[in-house]
Amino acid sequence: MSADFLYGIEVVINGLMAGVLYALVALGFVLIFKASGIFNFAQGVMALFAALTLVGIMEGQVPFAHLINAVFGTNIHHFGWQVPAILAIFMTVLVMIAFAWAVQHFVFRHLVGQEPIILFMATIGLAYFLEGVGDLMWGSSIRTLALGLPQGGSLWVEEMTSGLGGDDFYGFFIDKLDMVATLVALVLVAGLVAFAQYTKQGRAMRAVADDHQAALSVGISLSYIWVLVWSLAGIVALVAGIMWGAKSGVQFSLSLIALKALPVLMLGGFTSIPGAIVGGMIIGVGEKLFEYTIGAPYLGGATENWFAYMLALVFLVFRPQGLFGERIIERV
Amino acid sequence: MDGVAPYVTADGRQIGGVLMDMRGITLRFGGVEAIKNISFDIREGEIRAIIGPNGAGKSSMLNVISGFYHPQDGEVWFRGEKRPPMKPYQVARLGIARTFQNIALFEGMSVLDNIMTGRLTHMKTGLLAQAIWKGKAEAEEVANREVVEKIIDFLEIQAIRKTPVGRLPYGLKKRVELARALAAEPKLLLLDEPMAGMNVEEKEDMSRFILDVNDEFGTTIALIEHDMGVVMDLSDRVVVMDYGRKIGDGTPDEVRNNQEVIDAYLGVAHE
Amino acid sequence: MLYREAGDFKTSYQADSQTFPIAFDRWRYWAVLVIAFCVVPFFVNAYWANAILVPFLIYAIAAIGLNILTGYCGQVSLGTGGFMAVGAYACYKLMTSFPDVSIVIHIILAGGITAAVGATFGLPSLRIKGFYLAVATLAAQFFLVWMFNKVAWFYNYSASGQITAPERFVAGVAVTGPNTAPWAQYMICLVFLTVCALIARNLTRGTIGRSWMAIRDMDIAAEIIGVNPLKAKLTAFAVSSFFIGISGALFFAVYLGAVEVGEAFGIQKSFLVLFMIIIGGLGSLFGSFAGAAFLVLLPVALKVIGVDVLGWPTDLVAHLQLVIVGGLIMFFLIKEPHGLAQLWRLAKEKLRLWPFPY
Repeated sequence: MSADFLYGIEVVINGLMAGVLYALVALGFVLIFKASGIFNFAQGVMALFAALTLVGIMEGQVPFAHLINAVFGTNIHHFGWQVPAILAIFMTVLVMIAFAWAVQHFVFRHLVGQEPIILFMATIGLAYFLEGVGDLMWGSSIRTLALGLPQGGSLWVEEMTSGLGGDDFYGFFIDKLDMVATLVALVLVAGLVAFAQYTKQGRAMRAVADDHQAALSVGISLSYIWVLVWSLAGIVALVAGIMWGAKSGVQFSLSLIALKALPVLMLGGFTSIPGAIVGGMIIGVGEKLFEYTIGAPYLGGATENWFAYMLALVFLVFRPQGLFGERIIERV
Repeated sequence: MDGVAPYVTADGRQIGGVLMDMRGITLRFGGVEAIKNISFDIREGEIRAIIGPNGAGKSSMLNVISGFYHPQDGEVWFRGEKRPPMKPYQVARLGIARTFQNIALFEGMSVLDNIMTGRLTHMKTGLLAQAIWKGKAEAEEVANREVVEKIIDFLEIQAIRKTPVGRLPYGLKKRVELARALAAEPKLLLLDEPMAGMNVEEKEDMSRFILDVNDEFGTTIALIEHDMGVVMDLSDRVVVMDYGRKIGDGTPDEVRNNQEVIDAYLGVAHE
Repeated sequence: MLYREAGDFKTSYQADSQTFPIAFDRWRYWAVLVIAFCVVPFFVNAYWANAILVPFLIYAIAAIGLNILTGYCGQVSLGTGGFMAVGAYACYKLMTSFPDVSIVIHIILAGGITAAVGATFGLPSLRIKGFYLAVATLAAQFFLVWMFNKVAWFYNYSASGQITAPERFVAGVAVTGPNTAPWAQYMICLVFLTVCALIARNLTRGTIGRSWMAIRDMDIAAEIIGVNPLKAKLTAFAVSSFFIGISGALFFAVYLGAVEVGEAFGIQKSFLVLFMIIIGGLGSLFGSFAGAAFLVLLPVALKVIGVDVLGWPTDLVAHLQLVIVGGLIMFFLIKEPHGLAQLWRLAKEKLRLWPFPY
């Protein structure tokens, strides 16, 4: 096998792993969208916020220290303790649940029955709001997330595969972190599916997704379910935030991955969990392959910025409901 | 009754030749046949009713006429010509206007603007002329406004002209919707349950308007309605549908005595 | 008894459908125009022009453009930044390729080019609706910014990758370049804004405006009563992009003078203009002005209060600004989806009946 071809395969594998992370963010979108019809633009900022909170708690930072110092003229910043990772994760989950409750209670409860596009714009507002709150709480400098996750290329994979090509092929370069992320994502998806299938809350969630009125009439509390899905989305966001944060540092650009999840959803259909996963893979592989074969050699590179959107756009023109979405029959 | 020769009704209205002819229409959604091989015609100047139980395919039939659904089989003939498959807005330009079962007014606009949208098919000035406004665009606006004002007078809704339609009660919304359809000065007017959800007075008002429209403008009307009393009083001829099939066609009296129609409406006694 | 309709009878349909049906409003409108054209230019200084007036005028044009697409035609776009970039780069290429032609013509042509690009990206709107379309417009945003960044022809192969506006004159007065007087910047933007607002007003009150609103309120019903959805949506995209292109050209040539595409026309710009029309009022021209003014003034006001008065660090104030803007967006969508314009309208309605509201 020629080295070029093998490097192509490496690109595909790395694309698949990036795709898993896109799918992870997309999953958060699908959860909220299915249960409430809200297209949550703030999902990426939620991931950023969750990661920031995790780092902040671990390092024992005082929330809103910056603001408090400015207002009261004090000079506080740290409590002076370190919180172990597991406990910090647990506390972050609590913060995300509180956030879910607040979002439902102060914002979306008042927007029930509004048009989807109004809800969408409200989530853009929410994204700004949350970004500002995150910066105020924890500061806006780039943070490193020290969870002790494995980093760097996997030598084992490299050695195992170096024999496949000729002399100028040195084996596949695959980041260990990506492998961990893939594993975590798979476990998370399996867990969510099991939750939706086999628990009482899961059944109620599916009922709400199917028909609000009918769910209400059998005694399911809509606002409880909505808080639940926002909490789940918050937890998914935390996981995505940890993975991306460990990879490239906890910083503002993390919230931009949410934008990458949008074309994933357009491909996969907004209501389908398998769709989110397959869509994520297609986008991940597609953009890496395009950059490798066409973008970098002929177009000056950095085509990953827009390729996913263009792909989704072209795809949607031919199949507006996405890969797995349900076809809509229009009525008058 | 089935002849194509023009005739004059008992109350002195002129009924002309065939305006619209539906031939062997079949409409399927996936595996479900909503309309099964139905043929009927609508003659110029008449009021034609389509009745039938829920789910009989009446609204689907109206949607086929207005080009929103495209039948898998069958031909639509309009004014003596076979109509090729068309987009709904092209059908509207042929002179077919309609109202909807669930009111489909433009909620963000005033009553006047809603009715003015009915004139869209008659307004032709280009983008540039409209951007300049003074001159051509303004003249056209005023000319069409005059037509609309006549309809507003006719339907007695002068007082609510500038009200946003979102604020109107149900009965008035129905009337505004009729006004919007009339503003197009259609050759064929389709009314999808114009009296659904109305009380007796509102029904009487609406019936009077329908008869007046037919009488004064000579507009051909096809309507779907559930209230049998209204249908029998208003219409010249009635098509009866059940489960996508046509089970009766004729004058109100003929239909009333049709055994199959009686069975469909009252149910058949099971042995 | 200033604010009254009583005694002001309309005797023709023209008079009935005029822009300001109440005499007092008409007087005020002329008063604002006179002050804007004849008084302000003599008093404007560099701080006011740069911090408030010129950005306000330019953003108002962009907001009018986006409001036509989103507020009137119901198609949400997140590509405003990208379309402004098209206007800016088109203007730059025209300015450098045809230095003898008037800058005014260049700016208008830049608007025309943006209209063509906008209509192209509007084509999918026929098949894609709602937030699917909103996401699809992100394709325009990211692709256009990438293109102006990577294709050196667009920035005339300059080493920095920036574009810089050469000096150009209108009637002998410099309007671009480093020697432009604040009042000249102000005047050229004001003229463009006035003309754009008039055109927008004329389009939205007539046939085309009603087709847009019909599509917005109920697209299926609109098509059945005779609106050609292709034509309505594409004209909305084209007209909207025309205005946005003009604002982009002015933003680059008159206001900033030199831009780097990712910085000046990134996705944040798309959100900013969208927020302007949400806060100002969807489907209202007055709202476009109000929203632009509000979001131009807010950072200035916050800076004056937070940094200058309270002495807080700049970055803290910037974070607070995010929280306030985001919070206001949610507040307006919950409490008053028609924005500041609706608050203004309600106030006027009360005033009309004051002091006997019943």
